[in-house]
Amino acid sequence: MSTQTSEKIQKAQKTKKRITIRFAGDSGDGIQLTGNQFTSTTAIFGNDLSTFPDYPAEIRAPAGTLFGVSGFQIQFSSDNVHTPGDDSDVLIAMNPAALKVSLGLLKENGIIIVNKDAFSDRNLKLAGYDENPLEDRTLDGYQLFDVPITKLTREALIDSPLKSKEKDRCKNFFALGIAYWMFTRPLDTTLDWIKNKFKNKPDIIEANSLALNAGYSYALSTEIFTTSYQIDQAKVEPGLYRNITGNEAIVLGLITASQKAKMELFMGGYPITPASDILHYLSKYRNYDVKTFQAEDEIAGVGAAIGASYAGALGVTASSGPGIALKGEFLGYAVMMELPLVVINIQRGGPSTGLPTKTEQADLLQAMYGRNGEAPIPVIAAQSPADCFEAAYEAAKIALQFTTPVFLLSDGYIANGAEPWLIPDTDKIPEINVKYADPKESYQPYARNPETLSRELSLPGTKGHEHRLGGLEKEDITGNVSYDPDNHDKMIRLRAEKVERLVNYINEPKIDGDESGDVLIVTWGSTYGTMCNVVEEMRANGDAVSWFHLRWINPLPKSLGKIIKNFKHVIVPEINMGQLIKILRAEYLVDAKPVNQVKGLPFNTQDVIDAIYAIKKG
Amino acid sequence: MSDQVLTKEDFTSDQEVRWCPGCGDYSILAQTRKVLPQLGIPKENIVFVSGIGCSSRFPYYIDSFGIHGIHGRAPAIASGIKLANPDLKVFIVTGDGDGLSIGGNHLIHLFRRNIDVTVLLFNNRIYGLTKGQYSPTSERGKITKSSPFGSLENPFDPIKMALASGATFVARSVDREPKHLAETIKMAAEHVGTSFVEIYQNCNIFNDGTFESLTDPKIKKDNIVVMEEGKPYIFGKESDRVLAWEDGSFSVNMHDEASSSLVHSLANSNSSVEFALAELTMDEHKPTPIGVFRKINKNTYDGLLTKQVENVKEKLGSGDLEKLLSSGNTWEIK
Repeated sequence: MSTQTSEKIQKAQKTKKRITIRFAGDSGDGIQLTGNQFTSTTAIFGNDLSTFPDYPAEIRAPAGTLFGVSGFQIQFSSDNVHTPGDDSDVLIAMNPAALKVSLGLLKENGIIIVNKDAFSDRNLKLAGYDENPLEDRTLDGYQLFDVPITKLTREALIDSPLKSKEKDRCKNFFALGIAYWMFTRPLDTTLDWIKNKFKNKPDIIEANSLALNAGYSYALSTEIFTTSYQIDQAKVEPGLYRNITGNEAIVLGLITASQKAKMELFMGGYPITPASDILHYLSKYRNYDVKTFQAEDEIAGVGAAIGASYAGALGVTASSGPGIALKGEFLGYAVMMELPLVVINIQRGGPSTGLPTKTEQADLLQAMYGRNGEAPIPVIAAQSPADCFEAAYEAAKIALQFTTPVFLLSDGYIANGAEPWLIPDTDKIPEINVKYADPKESYQPYARNPETLSRELSLPGTKGHEHRLGGLEKEDITGNVSYDPDNHDKMIRLRAEKVERLVNYINEPKIDGDESGDVLIVTWGSTYGTMCNVVEEMRANGDAVSWFHLRWINPLPKSLGKIIKNFKHVIVPEINMGQLIKILRAEYLVDAKPVNQVKGLPFNTQDVIDAIYAIKKG
Repeated sequence: MSDQVLTKEDFTSDQEVRWCPGCGDYSILAQTRKVLPQLGIPKENIVFVSGIGCSSRFPYYIDSFGIHGIHGRAPAIASGIKLANPDLKVFIVTGDGDGLSIGGNHLIHLFRRNIDVTVLLFNNRIYGLTKGQYSPTSERGKITKSSPFGSLENPFDPIKMALASGATFVARSVDREPKHLAETIKMAAEHVGTSFVEIYQNCNIFNDGTFESLTDPKIKKDNIVVMEEGKPYIFGKESDRVLAWEDGSFSVNMHDEASSSLVHSLANSNSSVEFALAELTMDEHKPTPIGVFRKINKNTYDGLLTKQVENVKEKLGSGDLEKLLSSGNTWEIK
């Protein structure tokens, strides 16, 4: 790379502890790719980090429009990172629409890098700007770097045989080069990636590599960039890491569970945002005895998974709210049949089609109660992208050991968000022992394990165990159809008690803070990261807060009932209109107070803190 | 193969049969119990799957593995069973409401995929278990509890649906023709791929006599043509008429020894003949065909899936969990 001018220019370097960058541009600008490259480089460099893609539902929205803006946010630090960050320190905007949409998410005095060449009259008009914001006072109070990225990219690629349209497509690498200089990142990870990705296209390898280097050299050598930032490596637990999204982690968790149970994994699914990636990733692993079945609809997806489970596979289905609604009848059926099944809901904005690419926690009550009759299903929630691995493994293990469907709740935020994951030692992950009825003994389909109340399964193919089951009420022990009133009452209670008993087989979450005091915050799911920040900041302010983050929402942990009565204020922040809080109030008769926001976005740390202080004040 | 010879009693479960006395389902149950031992499959390797409706009680009465599913969804459950364990012989028992109305979507996709299961669809042209509403196969104008002034809907033909959506074995039989029924069920069960049998079944409570013209010994021979391999389509009380293939459709001719007519040949058939035969059903001037409309060999979904798993294993090696977890861009913190 060029260093001729760098020696003449004095550049300052500042050390920063924590930086949040937002990349934004047209959905065709390669923003997700750029963000992912910055993430890989940063992870390998050794910072802790967390990322969040924020893209439109339209696949290729008309260029330059506000609704076609695709964003990618990353927070990285030399300290712990719990979230992709609230407001960003740096905005890299590839066109006026991206600037307009993202400006509200930038800190005061934040850095803006824009592609000046994209600020044409037409693009300004599409973004709804009457005046060019680079020329009026719109961006006063920010540090603006307007760089002619398109022009500079073309100049850098002047000798490339690519067509000019293809050359222009390299401009995201130019922007990435600038970001690498500004945050002192090495280029090798991305250069290697380009080489691998475009293996058989040497012209494209060359052009993208040139553009990346050119962006880096430009920032290094021109006078407009005076300062770069150093973010030291974070102190993290030693071991082998990879960056992982929530949906990838779910897939690995499921495969791990099926291998540890020595079973085939069968996933019946139907494409739906933001759960489709689970089907995509699983379908790659045929050699891990994973069978995926893209069914004709959501109902057939879960039906096939139940059929496979009956035949001896680990049955899994994955969807999002609207798809889960369609599966409802089959979930009640799985409760009646008492078959193992993992049901994954990657929640998105609702109701109805709602906000498919946005996040929400509003399907908790659907998971708890969304079926006819008394049909309790255990509900577990993942708290972060990497945590999806353990949550999925645990969901599968409980489903198999308790012969029950299990709901695993994730959401768009952690499904698509990514963070470094300490890869576990596979030898230390416990085996899952699945016991079938003894083929030498006569078989009673609804005989139960006296401890867990799980029923004894016997697979088709087991001689002498031929039996018939269905969705009609079962007679206790024999499993024959029964309309007996007392038997129905007994079976309803048995199915409920089975779910309650699994509390004895799961890890009790620990309260963070004192077991009595002024404020107890109770949360579940993907708000975990934000709540880490909330609690840290409140304690830094000198406020004592305790925090209980739920793993299983059904059944609730044993200790919560006692602890929850020991606080003056019980506060329940959720990305919904108050769903967990209804359960807690009903279960414990406490006057808990909600903090709710339903914008399709994760909480902002400060908003939660303000809301908690407001509740404290009364 | 089983080492002991099974009988129909071996396939009779201890459950009391609870269909209305005189229901056509009894005949289908009896013929199925008779056929099952002839398949040479141990009964523990047989799974009957059903949805909801009178017909869907069927699995309770067969002493094999059985699943009574939910309304319309038997094909989904059965697909999962067969794909998870291709060694099992899977039957689906459904009706015109369960299989063609609420579950119509699943059935066409089952046919399209050619998953190796056998579907027995009991068509009585009525909803029986819900006590007498019109079904997707009820004729237009039918007076029922939900259509007191006559149904406004056109019926559709399950055979044409099965042919069009790609089932590889398509046949029809009648509850009152026990021998034909048994033979048809046996052929369907032995077919590799999705096999479909529409069984005309009399509901003597809510739609008694709907198939009378095909079952009344006095007139049935004039109204039914039995499709038999290698034989022309001869019918009539005196076996005096024949279906002749002319310009892409069938017409009725008098049968005399000298004339040459199209011969039923499953190996050499094509879709125009198959559909033309199916078309006869709705034509009141022509006989209704029973027997096999189609029997072709095609790769099954379950067979291809098993092969795909083997191929991927061969190419990439059996899955190694440690390798899987540590794939992608990794870095080590010391």
